[in-house]
Amino acid sequence: MIFLLIIGMSLVTLLPRLIPVFILEKLEFKPWVNRWLQAIPYAALGALIFPGILSVEPDRPYFGLIGGLVAVLLAWIGINIVLVVIGAIATVFLLTIFIPM
Amino acid sequence: MEGEVHNMTRKQSVKEGVMTGLPIMFGYLPIAITYGVLANQIGMSMGEIVFMSVAVYAGASQFMAVNMIALGTGALEIILATFVLNFRHFILNLSILNTWRPLNLKWKIPLSLGVTDETFAVASMNKERAKEAHAGMFYTALLLVAYVSWVVGSFIGVLLGEVIPPALSQSMGIALYAMFIALLIPSVKKERRVGLIAIVAMFIHFICIQLGMSTGWAIIMGTIFGAGLGIVLFPREEASV
Repeated sequence: MIFLLIIGMSLVTLLPRLIPVFILEKLEFKPWVNRWLQAIPYAALGALIFPGILSVEPDRPYFGLIGGLVAVLLAWIGINIVLVVIGAIATVFLLTIFIPM
Repeated sequence: MEGEVHNMTRKQSVKEGVMTGLPIMFGYLPIAITYGVLANQIGMSMGEIVFMSVAVYAGASQFMAVNMIALGTGALEIILATFVLNFRHFILNLSILNTWRPLNLKWKIPLSLGVTDETFAVASMNKERAKEAHAGMFYTALLLVAYVSWVVGSFIGVLLGEVIPPALSQSMGIALYAMFIALLIPSVKKERRVGLIAIVAMFIHFICIQLGMSTGWAIIMGTIFGAGLGIVLFPREEASV
């Protein structure tokens, strides 16, 4: 039963991933569509970061916000992406330790 | 001699693809482990848990499904919710496949199935690679590192999830957000209008949530309309990728 459910979930996830391949084989886009598609990564990153980041610690939304600000700061000074991630994890970890519920 | 040089660069492309994918591995392992632990707790079998990661490969929807299975929700409702939550891949893939136009169809079909929020973001920030000789190798290596991390992480989650202290696994929740930020900031430093597009998309997402929309639709709205700003902001002359 759960296996059938997973196959259903797989199909509805797989098709939206696959169909654009064939749309792009058929179509050349107008310049404005290309500009829109070029902007998608930045818009998607924005929409993925906020407000989702507030739910890192659902009861204390500012934990995620502070972790995010540390990540912005570390990324801005140009350190390696892995260190940015570790820095943000460490920040939230310390907040969890020092500000208990 | 020529064949040797050819092989070297191919190997180099794979190696660089793996290195570029490593941050995703750091982000995926803890989250996949958490998924494995939770799914195990609600009574899903090892086979079901790993099969979902192999066949669906979309983190947020897997967490949602585990939740809904635990609540006894019907299969059709779970599948519909999965469709809504994952439909954003349609938009993401239109964008990334437009930069992958130089690649052969035999690369693009499997690559399209490996696109997630995270692999999309990392691949998009390395879009100049699409013009290289072994672009297919580079992107496949990058996407495979992420896929394998996700599947192996789910497996590890079932095996030894309970060993990980809750405070640490909770703090790991920030990992993917930090990665998204680290991917966005260098572009913003280069071009401020990119930051404006991202902020508008955040705002649209936030408003949509306030209006009672589901997260899946809110992300799609933020992405589509936030990127709409790019039509006006991006220079006309260098429109083609």
